[in-house]
Amino acid sequence: MKLIFNEYLVIFIFFILAFILATIIYMLSYILVFQKSDQEKVSAYECGFNPFEDARITFDIRFYLVAILFLIFDLEISFLFPWSIVLLNISLFGFLTMMIFLIILTIGFIYEWFKGALEWE
Amino acid sequence: MYFIYIILKIIVIIIPLLISVAYLTLAERKVMAAIQRRKGPNVVGIFGLLQPLADGLKLFIKETILPSSSNLSIFILAPILTFFLGLLSWCIIPLGEGLVYSDLNIGVLYLLAISSLGVYGIIMSGWASNSKYAFLGALRSAAQMISYEVSIGLIIINVLLCAGSLNFTEIVLAQQAIWFGIPLFPIFIMFYISILAETNRAPFDLPEAEAELVAGYNVEYSAMGFALFFLGEYANMILMCSLAVIFFLGGWLPLFNINLFFWIPSVIWFGLKVTLLLFGFIWVRSSFPRYRYDQLMRLGWKVFLPLSLAYIILFSGLLISLNWLP
Repeated sequence: MKLIFNEYLVIFIFFILAFILATIIYMLSYILVFQKSDQEKVSAYECGFNPFEDARITFDIRFYLVAILFLIFDLEISFLFPWSIVLLNISLFGFLTMMIFLIILTIGFIYEWFKGALEWE
Repeated sequence: MYFIYIILKIIVIIIPLLISVAYLTLAERKVMAAIQRRKGPNVVGIFGLLQPLADGLKLFIKETILPSSSNLSIFILAPILTFFLGLLSWCIIPLGEGLVYSDLNIGVLYLLAISSLGVYGIIMSGWASNSKYAFLGALRSAAQMISYEVSIGLIIINVLLCAGSLNFTEIVLAQQAIWFGIPLFPIFIMFYISILAETNRAPFDLPEAEAELVAGYNVEYSAMGFALFFLGEYANMILMCSLAVIFFLGGWLPLFNINLFFWIPSVIWFGLKVTLLLFGFIWVRSSFPRYRYDQLMRLGWKVFLPLSLAYIILFSGLLISLNWLP
């Protein structure tokens, strides 16, 4: 039997086996070992105090900003990947086109910098 | 028959990986002890060689605590996911010519995809624990990892420009004339620092800053949940070091093109280089004080990102104008 996409099939088998292995390790310890939980053990850890409110109410908006910036630059990187491989075939025109794109991106980056989006003070 | 062969191959990858993770933890304790003029673990086995096994057994027989305020399903899934992703990247790393589980022609893209997913394990554990320390640690860790992923991506593009292929084997074979670490030396240093930050290692180990956040995102985990996070993180460290070796230090290629060096098996060359870089990780950990969080973000966004972008323009321009494209 000739298998199409053989490389991906073996990776898929690896996927399944690795997931099963991780689950088995976790579950075996849970099943085999004597468990005895009480009120104090299962309450959230807070340096000896009783947790007094939900932990998920607020977080710093700058984490959100970092995520947005990451999206922009990661998209740009995924754009650069194919370009870096075929640069020989697309010659000077392809090179210059990408340079124009990078210039636009750099202008945006400079704007972010001066707006203080990268500050953590 | 075919499937048994495949499964044997998988076992041959996973078991040595787990053993090397175990001994990496021992090596870390031993080397740090030597740097601080202590002995380190030396009771279990000769020179403490059985210590990692004893640690593993101890973690295995501890009680698994499932916090009452957590989202149980996500809480359980997070360590499994981290460990699973830590194993998954290993199926495309070539240890020698032809010594690779699956020789994908877009190996670099596959690897970036898998390592980006690693953030999910951390975010899920921090969110599902419903504990303030875990939540803050997870946020910090995720922000740090995605910041440095940008610079790692840009650095890898520099390597791809020189190698002209996304296949790991071809990237290594492109370095037969000269290792990329020499012409791309500043980039190699940047990559090394970035992988320190990407794997949350000292001096960038802010997510687990013991003094303020106790242990970061895995504070609520005990027993095997904690062990799976630990294994996943250390497998990731070894993976990142082998990436640095493949991209910059010529993979399994010997040091010089001397006939004598070709007699030493490729796996040994690969292992030696990876060990050297891992030793660097431990050395850095025991030598440098921890960064502040704003300094860390400044280094990622204001130094590494513009520098690596500028290097792409410089190198692509050089390669085009000198007709050196592969």
